[in-house]
Amino acid sequence: MSPTLAGVLQASVLVGALAAAYRPLGDYIAHLFTSPRHLRAERGLYRLVGVDGDADQRWPAYLRSVLAFSAVSVVFLYFFQRLQSHLLLSLGFPAVKPDMAFNTAVSFVTNTNWQSYSGESTMGHLVQMAGLAVQNFVSAAVGIAIVAALIRGFTRSRTDRVGNFWVDLTRVTVRLLLPLSVVFALVLVASGAIQNFHGLTDVHTLVGGSQSITGGPVASQEAIKELGTNGGGFYNANSAHPFENPNPFSNWLEIFLLLLIPFALPRTFGRMVGDNRQGYAIVSVMALFWVASVSLITLFEAQHHGVAAQAAGAAMEGKEQRFGIAASSLFAASTTLTSTGAVNSFHDSYTPFGGGLTIFNMMLGEIAPGGVGSGLYGMLILAVVAVFVAGLMVGRTPEYLGKKLGAREMKFASLYILTTPAVVLVGTGVAMTLPGERANMLNTGPHGFSEVLYAFTSAANNNGSAFAGITVNTPWWNTALGLAMLFGRFLPMIFVLALAGSLAKQQPVPATEGTLPTHKPLFVGLLSGVVLIVVGLTYFPALALGPLAEGLN
Amino acid sequence: MSSPSSLLESAPQPAGPAGPEPGSAHRVSGGLLDPRQLVASLPGAIRKLDPRVMVKNPVMFVVEVGSVLTTVSAVKDPSVFAWAITAWLWLTVVFANLAEAVAEGRGKAQAETLRRTKTDTMARRLADWRPGQASAQEEQVPATALRLGDLVVVEAGQIIPGDGDVVEGVASVDESAITGESAPVIRESGGDRSAVTGGTRVLSDRIVVKITSEPGKTFIDRMIALVEGAARQKTPNEIALNILLASLTVVFLLAVVTLQPMASYAGAPQTLVVLVALVVALIPTTIGALLSAIGIAGMDRLVQRNVLAMSGRAVEAAGDVNTLLLDKTGTITFGNRQAAEFLPTGEVTVAALADAAQLSSLADETPEGRSVVVLAKEKYGLRARSQGELAHADWIEFTAQTRMSGVDLHEGGGVHRIRKGAAAAVAAWVRDNGGETGGELGAAVDRISNLGGTPLVVAEHRDGSAARVLGVIHLKDVVKHGIRERFEELRRMGIRTVMITGDNPLTAKAIAEEAGVDDFLAEATPEDKMALIRKEQADGKLVAMTGDGTNDAPALAQADVGVAMNTGTMAAKEAGNMVDLDSNPTKLIEIVEIGKQLLITRGALTTFSIANDVAKYFAIIPAMFAAVYPGLDKLNIMRLHSPESAITSAIVFNALIIVGLIPLALRGVRYRPSSASALLRRNLWVYGLGGLILPFAGIKLIDLVVQFIPGLH
Repeated sequence: MSPTLAGVLQASVLVGALAAAYRPLGDYIAHLFTSPRHLRAERGLYRLVGVDGDADQRWPAYLRSVLAFSAVSVVFLYFFQRLQSHLLLSLGFPAVKPDMAFNTAVSFVTNTNWQSYSGESTMGHLVQMAGLAVQNFVSAAVGIAIVAALIRGFTRSRTDRVGNFWVDLTRVTVRLLLPLSVVFALVLVASGAIQNFHGLTDVHTLVGGSQSITGGPVASQEAIKELGTNGGGFYNANSAHPFENPNPFSNWLEIFLLLLIPFALPRTFGRMVGDNRQGYAIVSVMALFWVASVSLITLFEAQHHGVAAQAAGAAMEGKEQRFGIAASSLFAASTTLTSTGAVNSFHDSYTPFGGGLTIFNMMLGEIAPGGVGSGLYGMLILAVVAVFVAGLMVGRTPEYLGKKLGAREMKFASLYILTTPAVVLVGTGVAMTLPGERANMLNTGPHGFSEVLYAFTSAANNNGSAFAGITVNTPWWNTALGLAMLFGRFLPMIFVLALAGSLAKQQPVPATEGTLPTHKPLFVGLLSGVVLIVVGLTYFPALALGPLAEGLN
Repeated sequence: MSSPSSLLESAPQPAGPAGPEPGSAHRVSGGLLDPRQLVASLPGAIRKLDPRVMVKNPVMFVVEVGSVLTTVSAVKDPSVFAWAITAWLWLTVVFANLAEAVAEGRGKAQAETLRRTKTDTMARRLADWRPGQASAQEEQVPATALRLGDLVVVEAGQIIPGDGDVVEGVASVDESAITGESAPVIRESGGDRSAVTGGTRVLSDRIVVKITSEPGKTFIDRMIALVEGAARQKTPNEIALNILLASLTVVFLLAVVTLQPMASYAGAPQTLVVLVALVVALIPTTIGALLSAIGIAGMDRLVQRNVLAMSGRAVEAAGDVNTLLLDKTGTITFGNRQAAEFLPTGEVTVAALADAAQLSSLADETPEGRSVVVLAKEKYGLRARSQGELAHADWIEFTAQTRMSGVDLHEGGGVHRIRKGAAAAVAAWVRDNGGETGGELGAAVDRISNLGGTPLVVAEHRDGSAARVLGVIHLKDVVKHGIRERFEELRRMGIRTVMITGDNPLTAKAIAEEAGVDDFLAEATPEDKMALIRKEQADGKLVAMTGDGTNDAPALAQADVGVAMNTGTMAAKEAGNMVDLDSNPTKLIEIVEIGKQLLITRGALTTFSIANDVAKYFAIIPAMFAAVYPGLDKLNIMRLHSPESAITSAIVFNALIIVGLIPLALRGVRYRPSSASALLRRNLWVYGLGGLILPFAGIKLIDLVVQFIPGLH
């Protein structure tokens, strides 16, 4: 089988598997958000923390719950790392430095999983399992909870209640993420990923050297790392490490897992708003960008000009021999489009255009299909903007799913689309004015600039992957990127919840022939255009000085 | 409408046909832009450069601040390029102000005309007046001293000093000052024609008027304020759009401000002039410059159709209307019953019936009688004979008592009597004269009644023989030509039409089916109307209606778009949010279209403005960085001459496109009623794709010219 054919087959099977999961999983998540029944375990949990599981919250209360929960998580995780040396299973590692502990705590709570450390040589098993892995579950659940509140804004009318955060958080964790993780962790173990409590093990390499490698509960963390679009690896090499991702099957499975929930959520949306076609329209836009990105990155990587690349047949630098171009490109496109940030190859070594696309993918705002929950709410905000402009062109004050988009709604949508670019651009701009910080680049010229741009884009969009190269484990970088992650995660959430509250208050307008249809191909094209132009216009100058300047020379 | 029974009487006569032919392109349009208007508005545009005014428009305020910065920069470090950019940036701001000034200028001219009518009128105030009392104490006071509830007397030749209701007398009034219509109208105490407007002139008779408005708040005062745009406030949708534009402006500002450190790292730090030029090219200046002009022009288009919208909010709401409540009379039908068909009975031929019907109707002066003569002429080619033409004929005129008209012809020895009239009356006449009224007649009469029509029976009686029935005339409410197609268009636009009528359900149903309305409300009382509006609104729909009577006022106030007829009472005019000076209920449809056109124009220019940025990037980015990264010159796909000429061309295009689009902003984009999908597809092609491509051509063309300017190459 030729590599091309293998690549096409892998991608086709992937699409088939995702399509098969779309309806059942989407419907199941919709059921989680609408069912009035609690599990006995959940009821016990609510009693324990003193929450009334049947009382819905107004949006400010929902937001306060999100922020309080996340703040406590950050503080807890920070001190967990700082006190690591006194804890069990520390493997003898010392306490994590303050700036790195801050960065890591924020990183895992914001679902970014940016890692300025090497997992295997910094974190003990307890911190990995009870700290980082727990956040892998709950930070993902927070994202999904927020989109539930937004969808309720569309489905409810004349109410100020958008749901109960604690119930949403608990249900997503207990009924969705935990069961799926258990099942897929077992599959990963079966396919060769490790799961143990070993300390350092000496292994003899093929070329005759010897290495000390830490064992650990890898497979269990790997499953949720992908399922929750987290991306924080047990090992520094992330999914390129054979203990995390041993073979082409596990590689395929990991890609499947990181796309699974983001691609199923549009179904949840369609189901909850009572019109599955709305879900199909949204998922079409996501799929369009994903297919285009996978194809283009594969193309750029396969057709690289250059002595080394041509000798190897393609741009193989930084890619694992066992995955090759197709599986690496598929992984790279999927991980940067989903805010996962796990990597099975080094994006820094990609061709200028291929690497540029991974940056561009993140700049899209992690919406195609994006992070769990955050992808859908990001896409819905852009849909609101698209409907606003296009709705005017059909001669009505714009409405989406029967809800009018007035000044209040546009205020929140505008602030949302403003926030992340502001964080990326200001962060990058400031870094470039500081000669000391910018010296951390590995490369010079446009490629060095791309490394900085990539770092802030990844942090602000809560992706967490790195262009490698750049050294970010300094107090300045740890703090700056930590702040970028915080702003990039929680400011948009404020606007999304405010929008949800504002939508829920409205009485829906009935759809007529004069209403802009938001389920037809024309709308899919329009929304894609808005995504492309809004992003393209914002970042074009920066991209021109990085990947474009490098690739066009 | 005041009540079901008086519906026909009180309804205004239809003013012309049901609007232009359906399907005629470009139905909604405004006047053309006169280039002289641009020149005349220039001083106003310059005055608007005041930053305190500019700050209300965040996009253009950024351009103004940028212009100041480049001016300072050009003074400190002069070059042809710096001054060219500075000049064109200032022009950009001036052009934007010009658009607004031109839009306002059109209203100002109208306000001037109105003001001329508002002369210093003296009022004859009555001290103590009681109905029926002939002489009351009178005092002369200036019109401005009149207060609510004052009573004034106005006689022929005098100007009515303020808005009010006639409480005594009847007079013909010249309202041309407001409506532009020179034919005088009748105003009388009581009923729905009692309202008079200050500034109009009494032509005959004497009336006593009770003042209903405070000085300075009269109808004319409000009209002046409206057309001048003094009372103009941003509409909800305009505010929402402004927020989006402001946010895009901030994004682009950030993109450019943060570009400088990136550019310095690349070894190509940019001058202030270039950075400002990039910001201005990227922020949505086109729509930012034209936004307020579009709003003013939308109101103005209504004024040109003699409709006064009390707020821009109402115009926007008109575009969103889901349900139109239309009065049957005057809107859907011509308002009086007309002969539509002759149905002979027995062996009588249609021609014979038509002949008899015509003869018997010649002495009938009612509109129904006239319509019989007209039908006989148009459909059966029977020339309308005049009464003197026939010798030995005795004409029997129609009276409300006999409910018949006819003629007695003296032929030879005998008398040939022909009668036409209400079915019961003629049937009785036939029976009295020995004739029979068989089942065939009854069936024909019932059928017409069932269709909602009115049957008239024609019969004859010759001396010596029994009277006999000749046939039946079908009188019906005639639906206006072309109205059915308009309702179909409305349906395509997603608007439901509900016909309101005082007729019984049977008649109403027949007319509703013929006119093609979606629903009807028969035997409608004001309470029914109100209930219908509430029900529609409870479903989240927006409702538009017209009305003129005092008892319409609550419904007009409840409706999202309430258009009061100018002939109506002051209460109705106060309650509605628009007044139609022509009192033409059909205009409601046009109002909806103007509302939609206003929103489409905004959306189209926003799309155009954003799409423009792509080409500007391709002009400016290579110009900025090709020197350090020669590969970026591949992005210079327009092959612009030099970095300086490229940036200048982009800025010149950016400024000129504003002027180029002023006519479109004032006129509104082309609008034809169709489904949302069709509208979106068309507008996306024209303004989306057009906005993407046009600037490539425009910037290239400008570059071909400016490259010859020394200092730009």
